[in-house]
Amino acid sequence: MSSREGILYTGTPSDEERLNCPGRPSEERIAKGPVAVIECVQEIPCNPCEAACPFGAIKVGRPITNLPQLDEEACTGCGVCIAACPGLAIFKIDETYSEREALVEFPYEYYPLPAKGDTVTVVNRFGEAVGKGTVVSVKQPKKFDNTAVIGVRVAKELADQVRGMKGLSGSE
Amino acid sequence: MQQVDLAVIGAGPAGLAAAVEAATHGVRPVVFDENYRPGGQLFKQIHKFFGSREHLAGIRGFRIGEKLLADAYRLGIEVKLGATVYGLFPDRQLEVVCRQQKLSYQAQKIVLASGASENTLSFPGSTLPGVMSAGAAQTMINVNRVLPGKKVLMVGTGNVGLIVSYQLLQAGAEVACLIDAAHQLGGYGVHAAKVRRAGVPLKLGYTIVEAHGEEEVSAATIAKVDEKFQVIPGTEETLEVDTICLAVGLTPLTELAWITGCKFTYIPGLGGHVPVHNRDMETTVKGFYVAGDVTGVEEASTALEEGRLAGVAVAEALGYLDAGAAREKKAEIWRRLDQLRTGPFGSKRKQFKDSLIKEWSEYEQS
Amino acid sequence: MSKVRVKQHPILGPQEEGQWVTIYFNGKPIKARKGEPIAASLYAAGIRVFRYTKRFQEPRSLFCGIGRCTDCMMTVNDVPNVRTCITPVEEGMRVEQQKGLGQWSEKNATS
Repeated sequence: MSSREGILYTGTPSDEERLNCPGRPSEERIAKGPVAVIECVQEIPCNPCEAACPFGAIKVGRPITNLPQLDEEACTGCGVCIAACPGLAIFKIDETYSEREALVEFPYEYYPLPAKGDTVTVVNRFGEAVGKGTVVSVKQPKKFDNTAVIGVRVAKELADQVRGMKGLSGSE
Repeated sequence: MQQVDLAVIGAGPAGLAAAVEAATHGVRPVVFDENYRPGGQLFKQIHKFFGSREHLAGIRGFRIGEKLLADAYRLGIEVKLGATVYGLFPDRQLEVVCRQQKLSYQAQKIVLASGASENTLSFPGSTLPGVMSAGAAQTMINVNRVLPGKKVLMVGTGNVGLIVSYQLLQAGAEVACLIDAAHQLGGYGVHAAKVRRAGVPLKLGYTIVEAHGEEEVSAATIAKVDEKFQVIPGTEETLEVDTICLAVGLTPLTELAWITGCKFTYIPGLGGHVPVHNRDMETTVKGFYVAGDVTGVEEASTALEEGRLAGVAVAEALGYLDAGAAREKKAEIWRRLDQLRTGPFGSKRKQFKDSLIKEWSEYEQS
Repeated sequence: MSKVRVKQHPILGPQEEGQWVTIYFNGKPIKARKGEPIAASLYAAGIRVFRYTKRFQEPRSLFCGIGRCTDCMMTVNDVPNVRTCITPVEEGMRVEQQKGLGQWSEKNATS
């Protein structure tokens, strides 16, 4: 039973679910530069992401249980949608960041926040450490209402795995 | 005995929304709550709400509470705290104990918004200090800012279990494990994903077998269950935890509704016995309205809308709002409610709520 | 004990200094934040056993946190069966671990 994949069984979207949901940009688009990656795979009544996007690149429409659809050409990769998602299910990846590194931005709501330049342990969707990353940005404007958006640079092959970082408080 | 236009019982999202909506149109409500702090469970909701952006989605629960309270005070609504309504009598008489004083009111209309209480689960050790409802833990961390324990086992993966697990992590506690006897996640996947990214193990098809400890919880034994929820021998494992949180559903707090003699129906999906009502939220007892979890356990966002609906209906019934304006307002609120009750999670609730209204009509016609 | 109070919080920010009062648990002084429920002050002081049941003398504590279940009842200022999860602390409050259903003191019987 527990070996079954998917959000209903593991609490995290399976590769199949997240790669096939309408919030997923194409591989070609990802290769071109910064873009939002929406890992919203369940039809729940929610649509703040739609209004958050200044470029009209996210569409939910009616009913509001529709999965958010990313218009990958309109998306500029600004990342404003990340903190607007109540489910913390939106990320940004930029595979063109440098030759060997990609940038991943994720929402982060723990204390304390990392600082720019910190080396942090980056984790995948299951909270497993997958490597080290360097914090390049910590965004927390008032509009984000304490959902900070952390940008880390990581090895390029980790771009689609890294979705957070190990907490800094506690026993570490 | 004091005469009032509207008595609202419960100062949570539904009650406050009803009072604010009614007062906006000129009704003078009095709100009673047995707690010393208003807001019901809104002030412990520190996450951003889901729903439609035109209606508060993306805003953290406690900020919605702050706004609602500010609206209530701006409108001069009297909110009596530490006030327990212990009796309802014919002709909408209320008996209240407020800070060891007995008070009596006669109201033209009553809105009951008493909410719900969390269920418990029986197992050896379930009464030990350290076993508590998930909501109690949430109040401790987010309102009182005191950790109920350092290492927590969460039982139940509905939204309450998932959200409180996340918030325990945010407050600095460790969540050792998240279990559910069901073989599927109960709540929203996005809430689970947050907890998973923090490395918390999720074990579905597991139940709690025993809480250990002399005077307080020091460990918990969990085990796998089969499709019929029976423990599979040999799968037991013991976790060192000092706190066990139970998030196993809620039951509407309907005592005061029963006293009035209004018609009830039994809908397990809404939490059990709930009063039936019409599209104005009025029960089968004239002038007695219900709103929020007391008439079916849902969410703060739906409770707010049901409260507004009752508020509009009361304002109309008391002659403060003409039929046309009231109809328009109610239609708008119903449209939003219907939106919240769609999708794989919401559509079942819509079915249940529709059946409450149907039962009201059948009762009225019989 | 200090680690049990959530002084920093990512969403709620740092805890305000606030006002402190002293309450007495079984005669022992405890620092409490003015206005918080008795149960919170006790938990912050590491006290989780609030009462013992009448028949089997089993320990009980906070359970529902909303004043419904009555598991957290204690004797406060000589009044038994006070729901500590919804009763705010006050300066000098005397909070006693309750045995069974507690006892009304002569003083309260007449007040």
